[in-house]
Amino acid sequence: MRLRATNLCKSFGQQIVLNNVNLDLDNFHTLALIGPSGGGKSTLLRIIAGLEKPDSGTLSLNDHEIIYREKELMAHRRTIGTVFQAFNLFPHMTALQNITLPLEKVHRYKPSDARQIAEVILERFGLSEHGQKPPAQLSGGQRQRVAIARAISIKPKLLLFDEPTSALDPEMTAEVLEVIEELREEGRDLVLVTHQMGFAHRVADQIALLSGGKIIECGPPEQLLDNPQSEITRQFLAKILKY
Amino acid sequence: MSRNTVRSWFWISPDERDRPVPWQIQCLNWALAFFLLALLCFFSFSRLRYNWNWDTVGGYSSFFWRGWLNTLKISSLALVLSTLIGLVAALARKSGILALRALSRLYVELVRGTPLLVQISFAFYVIADAFRFQDRFTVGLFTLSLFSGAFISEIIRGGIESVGASQLESARAIGLTRFQTYQYVIFPQAIRMILPALAGMFANLIKDSSLLSVISIEEFTWSAQQVSALTYSNFECYIPLAIGYLILTLPITLWTQWLEKRTRYET
Repeated sequence: MRLRATNLCKSFGQQIVLNNVNLDLDNFHTLALIGPSGGGKSTLLRIIAGLEKPDSGTLSLNDHEIIYREKELMAHRRTIGTVFQAFNLFPHMTALQNITLPLEKVHRYKPSDARQIAEVILERFGLSEHGQKPPAQLSGGQRQRVAIARAISIKPKLLLFDEPTSALDPEMTAEVLEVIEELREEGRDLVLVTHQMGFAHRVADQIALLSGGKIIECGPPEQLLDNPQSEITRQFLAKILKY
Repeated sequence: MSRNTVRSWFWISPDERDRPVPWQIQCLNWALAFFLLALLCFFSFSRLRYNWNWDTVGGYSSFFWRGWLNTLKISSLALVLSTLIGLVAALARKSGILALRALSRLYVELVRGTPLLVQISFAFYVIADAFRFQDRFTVGLFTLSLFSGAFISEIIRGGIESVGASQLESARAIGLTRFQTYQYVIFPQAIRMILPALAGMFANLIKDSSLLSVISIEEFTWSAQQVSALTYSNFECYIPLAIGYLILTLPITLWTQWLEKRTRYET
C-alpha cells in the first residue's frame, strides 16, 4: 500500500488538530499511528477512513486521491473496513446480522450468500456458536472480533483500527490483537491507532508519531522505537514505557 | 397460619422486589384494589340523591352505538394520520433545508401551545369556511391528526436523538446511505424508546376526539350529549361514555406493552 498525505490541515473550531501533516509511505503493509492524546492520530485515521474531511491538503491511497465530497466519500468508505474503540456493533441485531447487513444492503449480496460469508468468517474467528447472540451477550473481546469480522467481510482494500483495544481488559486485548496480527500475516494492509507499543513494534512496518497536530517522526519500528531521533518521541516513549 | 404468611400475601420486602410475584397473590391484590375502588364508588353514589333513569336512556342505545363506532372510525384514522404527520415533522426537523426545520418547529410550538378546542373551531369556522369546505368529518379528522401529530413528532424526535452518535458513525463507516441508516439502525432502536410515550399519546388522541363534538361531528361524546339533553339525564349518559372510551384506550395500552416486550433487547 502506498499512502501520501500532503499538507493536511484540520481544526475543530479554535482547536487545530492537524497542522500541515505530510506523509509519504511507499509499499507498507501496516502503519501504526502513535502519540499523546489529542495529538491528531485519530483524526488522521478518520480522514483516511473518509469519516472526516480535511480543511485543506490532499490524501491519496495507492496513487488515487480521495475526493472529499459526500458522494465520492460514500464510495470510498465502502472499500474500507473501519473498527472503532467500542460500541461498533448494532445492539438490536445478532452478531451474524451485524455482519450480513453491510453485505446485503451496501454490497448487494444475496441474503443466502451474505449469510454464508458471515458464517465462514465467524467460524474462522471461533465465534460460530455466538452468531445468533446480540452484542450484549458477548464479551468485549468477542464484540470487537465480530466488529473486525464485519470489517473484513466486505474484502476491504484497507483496514483501519482506531484504538481497537482501549476499552478492553488485558486478557481480551490479547485475543483482539492476535486477530489483528493474523490479518497482518495474511498480507492485508492495515492502519492502526494504538497505545500498545509492544504490539506496534511487532506488527507495524512503519510507525508515525503525531503530537500537536504534526508528524514528529516516522519510520520503521526499529528506528522509531529503539532509536528515536526526536526529543518529543523520546519523552513520549519514556512516559508510556515507565509504567 | 402465621402472621408472616399472611403478611407475605400483601407485602414484599425491599430486597425481594425484583422477584416475580406469584399469580395467586397478584389476583388477590388486584381484587383488593378493585374492592377499595368499588367501595369509594358505592359510598359516593349511595349519598347521591339522584333519580336513576336507565330505562329511558336505554332506549337510545343505538344512538350511543353509532356514536361509539364513529369515534372508533375517526380515532383509528387519526391514529395512522397523526403518526405519519409526526414522522414527517420529526424528519423535517432534521432536514438540511432550514426553512423546513423552521416550519416544523413553528407547527409543533403553535399546535402544542394552543387548546384543541380553539384549533377545531378555527379550522372549521375560519379556514374550511374560507375554502367553502363543508365536510365536518374531514376537517375534524385533519385537525385532530395535526394536533396529535405535533406531540408525536416530538416523541419521535426524542427517540431518534436517543440513538448514540457511535451508532451513526458505524452506519456511516459501513457505507449505509442516510435512508438506510434510518431504516436499519435508527428506527429499530428508536421505536423501543418511543413506544411507552406513544401509547399514552394514542390514548389521549382517542379521548381528545370527544372535542370534535363542538363542530357537531356525530361521535360518541356528541351522542351522549344529545341523549342527555333529550332525556334530562346526566350520569346515565356519562357512565356509558366513560366505559366506551375505556374499551377503546385499554387495548392500545396493552398492545403497546406487548410490542415493548417484543422489541426489547439488552444493551
